[in-house]
Amino acid sequence: MSAADVILLLENVSKSFDGFKAVNDLNFALDRGELRTIIGPNGAGKSTMLDLITGRTRPDEGRVLFGEGRDLTRLNEFEISRLGIGRKFQTPSVYGDHTVFENILLSLAGSRGVLAALFAKVRRAQRDRIHEVLGIVGLVGKAALRAGALSHGEKQWLELGMLLAQDAQVLLVDEPAAGMTDHETARTAELLVGLAGSHSLIVIEHDMEFVRLIARRVTVLHQGSVLCEGSMDAVQNDPRVIEVYLGRQHAPAGAAA
Amino acid sequence: MLAGMRKREWGVLAAAMLIATVVLPLLNAYLPAEHPLHVSDFSINLYGKYLTYAVLAIGIDLLWGYTGLLSLGQGLFFGLGGYAMGMYLVLMIGTRGQYHNVLPDYMVFLEYKELPAHFKPFYSFPFAVAAAVWVPALVALIFGFLAFRSRVKGVYFSILSQALTYGAALLFFRNDFTFGGNNGFTDFKDMLGFDVNSAATRRALYVATCILLAGAYVFGRWITATRFGKIQRAIRDSENRVRFSGYNTVNFKLFIFVVAAIMAGLAGALYVPQVGIINPSEMTPDKSLEAVVWVAVGGRGTLYGPILGAVGVNALKSWVTRAFPEYWLFFLGGMFVTVVLLLPGGLVSLPRELARCAGRLRQWGAAKADARKLQAPPAAQPVAEPDADTRPEDAR
Repeated sequence: MSAADVILLLENVSKSFDGFKAVNDLNFALDRGELRTIIGPNGAGKSTMLDLITGRTRPDEGRVLFGEGRDLTRLNEFEISRLGIGRKFQTPSVYGDHTVFENILLSLAGSRGVLAALFAKVRRAQRDRIHEVLGIVGLVGKAALRAGALSHGEKQWLELGMLLAQDAQVLLVDEPAAGMTDHETARTAELLVGLAGSHSLIVIEHDMEFVRLIARRVTVLHQGSVLCEGSMDAVQNDPRVIEVYLGRQHAPAGAAA
Repeated sequence: MLAGMRKREWGVLAAAMLIATVVLPLLNAYLPAEHPLHVSDFSINLYGKYLTYAVLAIGIDLLWGYTGLLSLGQGLFFGLGGYAMGMYLVLMIGTRGQYHNVLPDYMVFLEYKELPAHFKPFYSFPFAVAAAVWVPALVALIFGFLAFRSRVKGVYFSILSQALTYGAALLFFRNDFTFGGNNGFTDFKDMLGFDVNSAATRRALYVATCILLAGAYVFGRWITATRFGKIQRAIRDSENRVRFSGYNTVNFKLFIFVVAAIMAGLAGALYVPQVGIINPSEMTPDKSLEAVVWVAVGGRGTLYGPILGAVGVNALKSWVTRAFPEYWLFFLGGMFVTVVLLLPGGLVSLPRELARCAGRLRQWGAAKADARKLQAPPAAQPVAEPDADTRPEDAR
């Protein structure tokens, strides 16, 4: 893997909260166009890792490099977002009082200033782009609905659509399948796999069924650092992973879910 | 759709303005006092006072109803605007005070030798009006910047804003702060050469207040309909999402906080000549809390609800404090609790809620009728089975 292919790089990143090392000397590289799945037991540091990338928290040590080597650790959430890193939260956060259309509209790439917002008009190209995005996430028919009235799964898709609308190159997706029906889960998997290539994705997920649907390369986090990395099969058969997930019972590897 | 208002709303606004700024003043000026339609000087003055409160309430609604920022310190900005105008008015008394000195009475009493430098520009009316805008704006800008940048939000922001106005009130209570201590400014005589206590001046002030209120309302309608307004509500509902979408929410909150402070400042500047006094009690926390109650009672997030709330609650206050002076606070608290528990949308949501109740009652009635039909003996059912589908009463 040449350095030019890497879009996101975490180097020796550590972060503690009140003495608890949430992320501990973490090294991680995401290739351009890759879809990477991150798994790990509760408290492994998965969400903290996303917080560190998106500027919600600053690391105590280490660097987070994006694109051509831009250090993200000095930037605010909104600055990092403008660089092209989008984040979907674990609990879907959409603007419940706005329509689906308006949710996407507010996320569209473009000026983010107060004055611009006072005099902004919806242009034809923007309207087209919004419908394009709604097409990708399968919400075209719901454009005029209040986002608060959407089902849980639809809200998750809408939030993904919002990331696409802001033209994010890197999508950080936290538990996209949580609380979804099997059918919705399958559609979400399809959607994420479809976005890979044109986008670089990090997907954090607990649900192993879902991971199996989307996984190419899997990173296992444990106690704030990378335990192992590889294909789903390799990871599932790694004794350390079985240990971490199942404790001392030596269950057959296939049952690691 | 100009300014986010529909034609009908413009019509209602125009009609309200016609009544408020033309009909009422005419009834006040030209009808004899004994005529049943006569509007007394006292009433005009009282309405003027209520409407300055309504402007304050619109600012609170823009913050609380639309952006989710519950400021419990808007009385500070109202007071600052009031003091700016009060400084002008107190200087206009000239040598007609008790001590016949060019210095205001309280300065003579406190043995000032000359006018403090910061009072001098307030001989100019335009300067005083400008100060009623920029002083509240500047204070809001500084306080808001510090609070929003440090991510102070929710109840912490509310408490901090309340502490700010309380601190300011304590400061203004001090005699050595040069603003007349706990007495503030009063005994005003002239404004732009007109007697502030004359009926004609009072009418003019009342009309000016109506115009300010209409302006604040139209501005509120406009701004909440813009992309900015959408972002305001997005911040209210999910600030993190907005921030992670690339918006610096600090700037958006700061802008609307300053706008609300300017509205409060202008309202205060029109309030003072109409009530004839400004003192630090306007900045005490209970005044700011009361203003929040107006907005809650009227219906937040609507802009017209707060107008209704400000006027309605204060009209009630005028009556209650005369009829049962001891019980006003119970009334106020009771109203607040009632609205929060039973009518979260405020008075303006009452028609909708009643319609919903009526609808539910109808449904319930229909369900009962259906149940009765189902319980009827099978023999009473029509023999022709297929027809049953076409009978509308048998709605599933």
